[in-house]
Amino acid sequence: MGSHSSNRTRVPLSRMAMGNGHGEDSPYFDGWKAYQIDPFDPAENPHGVIQMGLAENQLCADLIEEWLIDHPEGSICTAGGSDKFRDIANFQDYHGLPKFRNGIAIFMGKVRGNRVKFDPDRIVMSGGATGAHDLIAFCLADPGDAFLVPTPYYPGFDRDLCWRTGVKILPVNCKSSNNFKITKKALEEAYNGAVDAGIRVKGLIITNPSNPLGTTLDRATMKDLVDFVNEMNIHLVCDEIYAATLFRGPDFISIAEVIEEYDDDCCNRDLIHIIYSLSKDMGLPGFRIGIVYSYNDDVVRCGRKMSSFGLISSQTQHLIASMLSDDEFVERFIAESSARLAKRHGYFTHELERVGIRCLDSNAGLFVWMDLRELLAEQTFEAEMVLWRVVIHKVKLNVSPGSSFHCSEPGWYRVCIANMDDQTMEIALARIRSFVLENMMGNCMRVVRSKESKAVECKLKVSFSNRKMEEVMKMPCSMSPCSPMPPRSPLVRART
Amino acid sequence: MVGCSSDGDGSKVLSKIAMNGGHGEDSPYFEGWKAYDNNPFHPTQNPNGVIQMGLSENQLCFDLIEDWIKNNPKASICTADGVENFRNITNFQDYHGLPEFRQALAKFMARIRGNRVEFDADRIVMSSGCTGASETLMFCLADPGDAFLVPSPYYPAFNRDLRWRTGVQLIPISCHSSNNFQLTLSDLESAYSKAIESGVKVKGLILTNPSNPLGTTSDVDTLKALLEFTSRRKIHIVCDEIYSATVFAPPVFTSISEVMREVECCDPCFVHFIYSLSKDLGLPGFRVGVLYSYNDAVVSTARKMSSFGLVSSQTQLLVASMLSDGDFVERFLGESPRRLRDRHRKFVEVLGRVGIGCLKGNAGLFFWMDFRKFLEEETFEEEMRLWRVIVHDIRLNVSPGSSFGCAEPGFFRVCFANMDEVTADVALGRIGAFVTRWHGDKNLRLSFKSLKSGDENNNSLSMTSPHVMSPRSPVVIARN
Repeated sequence: MGSHSSNRTRVPLSRMAMGNGHGEDSPYFDGWKAYQIDPFDPAENPHGVIQMGLAENQLCADLIEEWLIDHPEGSICTAGGSDKFRDIANFQDYHGLPKFRNGIAIFMGKVRGNRVKFDPDRIVMSGGATGAHDLIAFCLADPGDAFLVPTPYYPGFDRDLCWRTGVKILPVNCKSSNNFKITKKALEEAYNGAVDAGIRVKGLIITNPSNPLGTTLDRATMKDLVDFVNEMNIHLVCDEIYAATLFRGPDFISIAEVIEEYDDDCCNRDLIHIIYSLSKDMGLPGFRIGIVYSYNDDVVRCGRKMSSFGLISSQTQHLIASMLSDDEFVERFIAESSARLAKRHGYFTHELERVGIRCLDSNAGLFVWMDLRELLAEQTFEAEMVLWRVVIHKVKLNVSPGSSFHCSEPGWYRVCIANMDDQTMEIALARIRSFVLENMMGNCMRVVRSKESKAVECKLKVSFSNRKMEEVMKMPCSMSPCSPMPPRSPLVRART
Repeated sequence: MVGCSSDGDGSKVLSKIAMNGGHGEDSPYFEGWKAYDNNPFHPTQNPNGVIQMGLSENQLCFDLIEDWIKNNPKASICTADGVENFRNITNFQDYHGLPEFRQALAKFMARIRGNRVEFDADRIVMSSGCTGASETLMFCLADPGDAFLVPSPYYPAFNRDLRWRTGVQLIPISCHSSNNFQLTLSDLESAYSKAIESGVKVKGLILTNPSNPLGTTSDVDTLKALLEFTSRRKIHIVCDEIYSATVFAPPVFTSISEVMREVECCDPCFVHFIYSLSKDLGLPGFRVGVLYSYNDAVVSTARKMSSFGLVSSQTQLLVASMLSDGDFVERFLGESPRRLRDRHRKFVEVLGRVGIGCLKGNAGLFFWMDFRKFLEEETFEEEMRLWRVIVHDIRLNVSPGSSFGCAEPGFFRVCFANMDEVTADVALGRIGAFVTRWHGDKNLRLSFKSLKSGDENNNSLSMTSPHVMSPRSPVVIARN
């Protein structure tokens, strides 16, 4: 591409192409670059940066691998499945394979304890949840319209919901003082603010279980949200991508269950939509399995036509259809995945607490919401970024600062814990322990005690060589930066 | 209860895009699909059913691919040999795509062009089929209200793919049977001037080469002239080369990528093409699309946008393995055009014997049939009436020229590569029988005047009528 590298500014492209709605011109890429330049590998690079900024679920791959070997019919490439090759390779119907939609509907039901059933005919395919959000925004809103989104929220929403659609996100600020719950007051404030500014609000987007909090919404809050959207006559889009990552109580309550408690005249189901994917629950992000599930017939119809722009490979539909129709496997997977997440989460948070680091009490997700407010020199976002750079470059963990999630308070960090093996986890914990202990030795601070004793205020002056920091920051990135969501996998590294 | 809403209007108001019909499916052409859906041909189970000839699919070479797959278990992450790749592949969501996938595609595309040109794997951007690639390119090159010129007749789904969500306009440039529907420079110049004069911002030209629905390739001189035209006016040229490996007779296919170096004023920043494996390899279900641009900024933006429609990593691995196998590629690219040529020749000969002419084609999975002599008058109403006769009486779902925006009535696109020999023979037999009856009974079509035009809308969510771009396969029908 070198010979055309100077062509970048000569040719006017679209406004969309020339703007930065893709969201990648952000300071948070430092973390990704640090990882790419110096990625941890237990054998080849044991001092490299450990990736803890990626919400991936790598704990249960073995269960799926076993299933694949035992079920050659799931693939169109095996002797057991190749008789289906041509039909599947030829299948591009945007309704999707009926078996695929049935499998997804049943899986979604099982994940919700079979307390609710899903209609396969309401399932619309999309290019991952990324594609699903882009699609639902195109269906529900015009350029200039807005969606309310409680903070902190998944950074990818800025691109997925807004970039191509021209739609805006208006944050609904949630606070640590009540564990970041979504309050009616906050919703109303955000809504009224939009009205005052002449912005038309088309809907509310929630992620439940939450990314980055790892918490689930309680029934009372869910009902408040349903009441609110019905009162304002706006849509409610529930991203339930982490539904099966629940690892302890309280239970996950899906919007699908909540609306069952309403009469038709009190809840207009045409306002209710669910976004789903198998990227997190099953750890299959490469397969791009996204789902839009809408209770609104028009949205299903329109969405289905739009899904042509991001259909799921029929090869993958066939595999998933086979896998999810195996009830025994599905039940075992959901239970085992939950157990492994519980173990990983329990161990990680326990070890953090031992060195005085607290996380938001959570019951789901592939990450923890770490509270490092007490380590900030001052309660500002600048201080958050300073600490963040220390964590990346000195502690060598790529974590995600709360500001990247539009958190309204500095000092919180999302730390992913399900994308690594036990050995790597131990190394990450060891580094955290060393960092905390080093700072206890070298600076004036008092130990933050565990929750049994009073919490003591602590000031940490983060000390590092300014010169070294400058050097690190100036390091050129030898690989093209890629989206914060999908970094290069070891497979790519090994081959390039 | 607080929040009861007595006013349901809001929820009925979706976006303008959702409500504007830009998806293109509210068209009369769906009658053909419905006829097929309601009565699909099967050689033994339903020998009098409608034969699908409206679907541009390549089903002639599945056996070659199936053989390759049987002999290459490592290409799948589901086999004992390939499962070691499972974790890395399922976890791989990098929008750059697997490097081996891009490299294999670059080599394959070059080989299709006789290795007369090389492609840079780093300029390959993934998309969900050409459907995704063409939309993404519009988002990158044009703002809502901007226009692209497109020679007609053209692929009907361009109306959806290029316009629906992007707000881009399409300005057709009518091509005529008098010169075999070739796009002339003067037609292009006059369409361009007219658009500019009416205040439209023309951002570029879209060319499908080989052409759908014509089944012809653009000659080198025409390509050069078009490229010179767009280069001088600093507008983009987007070539859809999705049928590049379906060329089965001379002249050899010439890609825009080859012509670039022969046009002195060509600025590569304005040159882009799209590709897919859906037609050349017959794998539409796999959604393997490529956007290739010589403009760095377009590659960079399109790559970020590809997040909305990446190719499944499972499929990337399979395709990468297959297309890296030089022997397989040579064998396939030798055999596939041969089978297409034989099937094409059979149709053209049989139809010729009953006096039906086609545009002389050398590529594609269809031919452009000339049925003008069967029209009572040269009007589109007559074309539709004749079309209904073909669908309901001859029981062949073909596509009327008006659905491709053809300026002259009486032409039909007829697909021939989506069926086996038995079905092809039946289809040819029916056409022959129809022509014979037509000559014997000029009032034949009158018995069909009472046929209903258009259909009631079926509002059921599980409506089985397939969409012209993605119909239900027999697999689906068998399972329902």
